[in-house]
Amino acid sequence: MMKKIYTVLTFTALLLSGACKKDSAFLDVPPKQIIPEEIAFSDPALVLSVLGDLYNRQLDFSSLDGDGWRSFVDFSEAFPSENGSYNIVQRTGWGYGEWGNWDYGYIRDMNLFIKRATAATKLSDSDKARFIAEARFLRANFYFELAKRMGGVPLITEPMQYDYSGNVTNLQVPRSKESAVYDFVISEAEAIKNILPADVNQKSRASKGAALAMEARAALYAGSIAKYGFKTPQVTLPGAEIGIPSGMAGGYYQKALAAAEEIIKGQAGSYQLYKVLPDLSENFAAVFLDKSSVNQESIFIEDFKVNSAKVHGFTTSDQPFSISDEGLDAGRINPSLNLVQAFEKLDNTYAPIATKDGQGNPIYYTNQLDAFAGRDARLAGTILLPNGAFKGKNVDIWAGYQLADGSILTSDDASHLAKLPGTDVAVQVVGKDGPVNGQEFRSQTGFYIRKYLDPQVGSGRRGRQSDVAFIRYRYAEVLLNAAEAAFELGMGGVADGYINQVRVRAGLTKAIQGVTFDQIVHERRVELVFEGHTLYDMKRWRLAHVVWDGSKMSVNQLVSDIGLSTKKNTQPYGLWPYKYYNPGNPNHGKWLFKEVLPSVVTGANMFQMGNYYSNIGNDILSANPKIVKQPNQ
Amino acid sequence: MKLKPIYILLFFLPVFSCKKDNYQSPSTSLKGRILYNNEEIGLEYDRVPLEFYQPGFGKNGAIKASFAQDGSYSALLFDGNYQLIIPDGQGPFKWHQNTAGVNDTLAVTVSGNQTLDLQAVPYYLIRNAVYKVSGTDLTATFRVDQIITGNTAKNIERVNLYVNKTQFVSGSDNIVSSVVSGGAITDPTALMLKVSVPAIVPVQNYVFARIGVKIEGVEDMIFSPLQKIQL
Repeated sequence: MMKKIYTVLTFTALLLSGACKKDSAFLDVPPKQIIPEEIAFSDPALVLSVLGDLYNRQLDFSSLDGDGWRSFVDFSEAFPSENGSYNIVQRTGWGYGEWGNWDYGYIRDMNLFIKRATAATKLSDSDKARFIAEARFLRANFYFELAKRMGGVPLITEPMQYDYSGNVTNLQVPRSKESAVYDFVISEAEAIKNILPADVNQKSRASKGAALAMEARAALYAGSIAKYGFKTPQVTLPGAEIGIPSGMAGGYYQKALAAAEEIIKGQAGSYQLYKVLPDLSENFAAVFLDKSSVNQESIFIEDFKVNSAKVHGFTTSDQPFSISDEGLDAGRINPSLNLVQAFEKLDNTYAPIATKDGQGNPIYYTNQLDAFAGRDARLAGTILLPNGAFKGKNVDIWAGYQLADGSILTSDDASHLAKLPGTDVAVQVVGKDGPVNGQEFRSQTGFYIRKYLDPQVGSGRRGRQSDVAFIRYRYAEVLLNAAEAAFELGMGGVADGYINQVRVRAGLTKAIQGVTFDQIVHERRVELVFEGHTLYDMKRWRLAHVVWDGSKMSVNQLVSDIGLSTKKNTQPYGLWPYKYYNPGNPNHGKWLFKEVLPSVVTGANMFQMGNYYSNIGNDILSANPKIVKQPNQ
Repeated sequence: MKLKPIYILLFFLPVFSCKKDNYQSPSTSLKGRILYNNEEIGLEYDRVPLEFYQPGFGKNGAIKASFAQDGSYSALLFDGNYQLIIPDGQGPFKWHQNTAGVNDTLAVTVSGNQTLDLQAVPYYLIRNAVYKVSGTDLTATFRVDQIITGNTAKNIERVNLYVNKTQFVSGSDNIVSSVVSGGAITDPTALMLKVSVPAIVPVQNYVFARIGVKIEGVEDMIFSPLQKIQL
């Protein structure tokens, strides 16, 4: 009995002691999983982690992680060797929504960051200024990405707040003029360039070089839209949300040249072309692999790190099948012959890969690589050619035996052997890396990609993956931007000087005198292919509807007019090597090549006028009636 | 056999979910063709869109349809009042323009199945197409008549003869084509184009052919009526 009372008393005492506190003290527990604004903006490390999220959400056309490889195989520059992705070469065009973006959530977060960082009191002035400048860089860069895709978009530079009044008209902002978005990008870059560090080793955070490179590219884009807009008069809107008046071209080109020359003159740090390795092809490949301080070419990159959460599977997806670290995971990006033959010969002439002599007889090569000899070093630096080396092994690309009677002996897989005529032993009759039509993960064009392919041990494993960086801005592009801007301003000599620097690095020592528009278009293609420029370059020159005109290509069309900016490029062709089998013949055992359209390719790229600027969704148009629709859609 | 309870549940599932929570689908058919004085305006399949708007239901968005090769269209709609438009810059013709030269809307009242032919004025029309076969060679003779003249007239960029093994014949769907550029045309009333039909695998003894005109500054081509040709 006593024991019971004792227990009851104890509980009562406990009960009372617990209830003594005020309700507010008991209920208002600061949450542990959310860092309040004033604390987050009190410490530079915390601010940097908030900023890190904004860095991570940047928008790129191409990316190395996830399904990013698919963005490399479009536009007939490559072929997708994966069963689920053949639609890329089977469709006859792109939907109007393709490439579109309207991520104002990201813009709001950047605006909020700038507002909160500006209001922060516990940060040092230099930290604060740099953080704000970085966020302004990211915001300007994102508006540039939007302008490339959508044209003029609403320019929102303050975080908007709904006042619950039921009236949202003050939040409905109309589209700015296309030129106004470019002006914003340029003026932001000018405003922040001297706050950001002029440090060549600052690559994954914004630097002065990155701001100027962005400014040069944006001004160049705006200039070319102004200059070449006349080619597509229907791609405009009456309010200039799309289209820039031609009178503004000169001013933009001057800004582009000035910004690029600021980098070239070393005012943003000692940027220079990467010239380290004696073999020029190896050297060009290393531009994308070398992340040490030796690489003073890359200006602004998306960095990755092995053994962290930030790795990518580019090498896993695209490594050669026979050298794969991961069995059946390989070979998705197969560059096309269209691209391979665009790399010019060392005497600055354009020529297709020679497969037949003047009489129409096949040309026999002792080594497969001989067919590609004497060309721009960037060819072997960008593309893994038949019998090319990766990780110390050579890729095994050949389509079969060409027999003396004109027939071809081949099979549907390298492991399916066949007997050569007059022999009793079955041998391998097709390369382990293809090409066999419809055989995924092996090359179906005869080529693999080399750019970004990581030679580190284990880089192709799904577990480890790769940490090769994706370069957003690099010095060679700055030079080409300067060359193009100078050319458009009629400063031919200046343009020659800049473009020749890039070409000398590629082994093209014969200098160009009097550069032409076609040469600029060509140079950007071979230097910057697979770096996310192809679409936007063709759009701003208003060439997209010309080169992707929707009609199929014949072999004759493929091998003619190489180097013309208007050359059609609607279907990715392949170049298949065959081994000649004719014992006793001097050409026995040598190689011949045939231009082949992979049988999977049934579509032809058609770029419609409505593709120039991506569709704005109906939900956006209904929510904000001030937004005007895109033209030709 | 032992029936697990989960399978019994699965059996009932479709029965209950079929009717009640689903809306009725639109069932009124509106169809027609786009014509110029009752002449067919041939188009590329699924390239020229038309849009129906039905205002008054909150968010505003188009019900999209597109023209078939022979210029026909069809849409399943609910009864009601719609606005029909062919967006600006689409189609090789002028359609129902207002005074500013911008495509205007056409009010359409849908009440029960109906046919509505649309009238448009094409820039050109291909007439009197005659196809002759000799061996594997296919020769087409035809005339191209300019319909829109005056200030808004546009020149011919090129004329193509397209041949395909299926009924879909256009610049993107063909097995062989030939071309004459606009500048090379001297007499548009007596044109001839010739192709050599390649071997078709699997073998078929007929092909389909159309002639298309590409007009300068206009994206979509105008085609002649589809013709099936015995080889």
